[in-house]
Amino acid sequence: MLRPLTSALALLLLGLAAGCGRPANPPVTPASGPAAAAAPAKGGPMIWRVGNGAEPQDLDPHIVTGVPEHKILMALFEGLLSENPQDLSPEPGIAERWEISPDGLTYTFHLRAGAQWSDGVPITSTTFVRSYQRMLTPALGAEYASMLHHVRNAKAYNEGKLTDFSQVGFKEVDERTLRVTLNQRTPFLLKMIATHYSWYPVPIHVIEKFGGLARKGTAWTRKENFVGNGPFILKDWKPQQVLLAARNPRFWDHARVRLDEIHFFAVENQDSEERMFRTGQLDLTNELPVAKIDVYRKEFPESLRIDPYLGLYFYRFNVERPPLNDKRVRRALALAVDRESLVKNVTRGGQIPAFSVSYPGTAGYAPTAKLTGKVEEARQLLAAAGFPGGQGFPKLELLYNTSQNHRLVAEAIQQMWRRQLGIDIGLRNEEWKVYLDTTDARKFDLQRGGWIADYVDPHSFLEIWTSDNLNNDTGFKNADYDRLFAKALAAPDDTARYAVYQEMDALLVEELPVIPIYHYTRVVAMNPRVQGVYPTLLDNHPYKYVWLRDAAR
Amino acid sequence: MFRFITSRLLQSLLALFLVITATFFMIRFVPGGPFTAEKAVTPEILRNLEAHYGLDRPLWRQYLDYLVSLGRGDLGPSFKYPNRTVNEIIGDKLPVSAELGALALAFALVIGITLGTLAAVYRNTWIDYVASTFGMMGISIPTFVVGPLLVLGLAIHLGWFNASGWYGPADRVLPAIVLGFAYAAPVSRLTRGGMLEILGQDFIRTARAKGASELRIITRHALRGGLLPVVSFLGPAVAGILTGSFVIETIFQIPGIGREFVNSAFNRDYTLVLGTVILYAVLIMALNLVVDIVQAWMNPKVRLEE
Repeated sequence: MLRPLTSALALLLLGLAAGCGRPANPPVTPASGPAAAAAPAKGGPMIWRVGNGAEPQDLDPHIVTGVPEHKILMALFEGLLSENPQDLSPEPGIAERWEISPDGLTYTFHLRAGAQWSDGVPITSTTFVRSYQRMLTPALGAEYASMLHHVRNAKAYNEGKLTDFSQVGFKEVDERTLRVTLNQRTPFLLKMIATHYSWYPVPIHVIEKFGGLARKGTAWTRKENFVGNGPFILKDWKPQQVLLAARNPRFWDHARVRLDEIHFFAVENQDSEERMFRTGQLDLTNELPVAKIDVYRKEFPESLRIDPYLGLYFYRFNVERPPLNDKRVRRALALAVDRESLVKNVTRGGQIPAFSVSYPGTAGYAPTAKLTGKVEEARQLLAAAGFPGGQGFPKLELLYNTSQNHRLVAEAIQQMWRRQLGIDIGLRNEEWKVYLDTTDARKFDLQRGGWIADYVDPHSFLEIWTSDNLNNDTGFKNADYDRLFAKALAAPDDTARYAVYQEMDALLVEELPVIPIYHYTRVVAMNPRVQGVYPTLLDNHPYKYVWLRDAAR
Repeated sequence: MFRFITSRLLQSLLALFLVITATFFMIRFVPGGPFTAEKAVTPEILRNLEAHYGLDRPLWRQYLDYLVSLGRGDLGPSFKYPNRTVNEIIGDKLPVSAELGALALAFALVIGITLGTLAAVYRNTWIDYVASTFGMMGISIPTFVVGPLLVLGLAIHLGWFNASGWYGPADRVLPAIVLGFAYAAPVSRLTRGGMLEILGQDFIRTARAKGASELRIITRHALRGGLLPVVSFLGPAVAGILTGSFVIETIFQIPGIGREFVNSAFNRDYTLVLGTVILYAVLIMALNLVVDIVQAWMNPKVRLEE
């Protein structure tokens, strides 16, 4: 009586087993198979589907702090300036032209006529002044308000020491002229304005309707209320799933925009994301698992994309703890790291071995001072410091945040130190926020660090090692370095400024508060039909230049 | 019965209060806070931020404030997602996890009870072995292996499904099977055990002697008692399955509450941590109460008033 049921179940089980155990066929190429079915036919809208990492926190440029948010805000907003698609150098945005005073302290921006929000309200110099006032209002508690601190009195206003905003260096000369006055020369200001969302205007007239300017997280960023001024407007937002941006007909340069829509998928898991790419749900991933890099090199090289990225992977020393307070010990540890072998065998994503803190080729700057020397020299230095062959070297620990990739790098370097210098460095991992707390309290001997530039300028990497910088975290204090830093800012032009940076980079390689390990790369999978995405060092790709081959328009 | 339920409710309220208090203080004593970030902010900006959220007030005061707003049913704003409240996040995400959980549970019960019953009836035959093997597989192969394998086979190679997402009905199939598979295994083992015990009892023999068909004996007489172990397992299991699975939701990119539950702790999103913990605690307590009542109904030997 139960027989038919039994056989049905057996069949079901077999079916499941077959599903699980199916041998990996030659994988479908990303552009075909189900991808082709899912992709719009020729003549349909041109939709770019992008894996965008974590769910965006919010869409308020004054509130958010992360990369996924930045990628979305680039579509929904535009600042005074925009970015060149190939090297991110400043291009006209809402400002059609600008002038800098000879002393480098006053910037005058001329706004284009007809600039407007997506609801048709005009954008004037008042919009910008009021936006920056909101960003600096203490009660708002904007985390990135310090991006505006270069402007005269902005810091004092932000810290509540000054309450009269008219004394802050933002002035509306007339409806279409905005004047910004600085504390001191800030040679990278235009790059900062072009790249960083803290300089975007916000729709004051909308924000006022939803609880006022000094409140965080009001309903103005909901999809039904949102107003922006970028090449795209917010069409839909399904939290933890996808955010849809559609072309904005009121954008001043809308004729140049070729994509109809961008779909930003919130995908935190690299493996899931890679599978979505394989089924054609995505045209571009946010990341690619390290284990897949070699597979892509062999199977779908046309979809593997490795771009240089303006970031440094390094180990901080706590230079106040013996024996790391001894420059010779730091140099010995730094020289014993075989960077070539590390990037070839461990990280495997085309990373560039780092022999200096600055990236070789940042906006025309390449450091000449390099960390070079034989392992033999490292051994001699260690012996000279009192630890011949590593004897008597105290038990130190390397702190890193819990992650498979950081662990692999740390283990490889631990091996190198053991083999080359005969010293044993322990490894300690901590969950991300615990690790940040420990770092901030400087309760470590060595610490894994990373730094990604906010804009393409060597200043980004050199400013953190000044004595009072909050991200220094090494205890490194050097009066010469601080003096050079100030001198660079005061330099009349970039040639003179870069000459000072050469001295600073040389000093860092000499003093070694950190061990530079490698310069990052961005390793992603991208469908070859995506056009207009250039290697830009920051992984920013101004969307008005992006388009898809084999699609409409 | 009434006295039993009232006293259990009071006990649950006390337990809930303890859970809330412990969670509130524990999450505060974890190193790092909601605004700990790699790029350090100036102490002044950090002060502005903390003042904005009332984190600058004494801890006992914040605790009382939290209890008061909780009394009004307000779980507070999320720190990580400033433009959403915890109530909204739970309201958005819980139905998704519950839908997935209900589908998975249905799958688990149908497969698990059928297999378990078959295994008990055909004890020590190949059917039993197949069912037991299935049970062992379900228990020992984790969902993060089954999930990607099914996606590889059915989504990437055959193209029947999306690799992940939660858009159309087809997107429900793979996650429900994977999650259900993990629960089907213990259900089938518990059913088998329960049924074996019942099938050996006198009233079954009596039913056979009266000439009842084997199918009728199993469905009408044996299952009611044989499923008792499954029912006590289901209480906590349903709470777990309804509040989402972090692993499944991550593999399939499902906007459920399970991911929020785990990520809120990493983000030190104090209010969201508390909100999800309260949700989970309430569900577990409620479902355990339901289980006790159902068990009393299924098994006359259990008496509620003791």
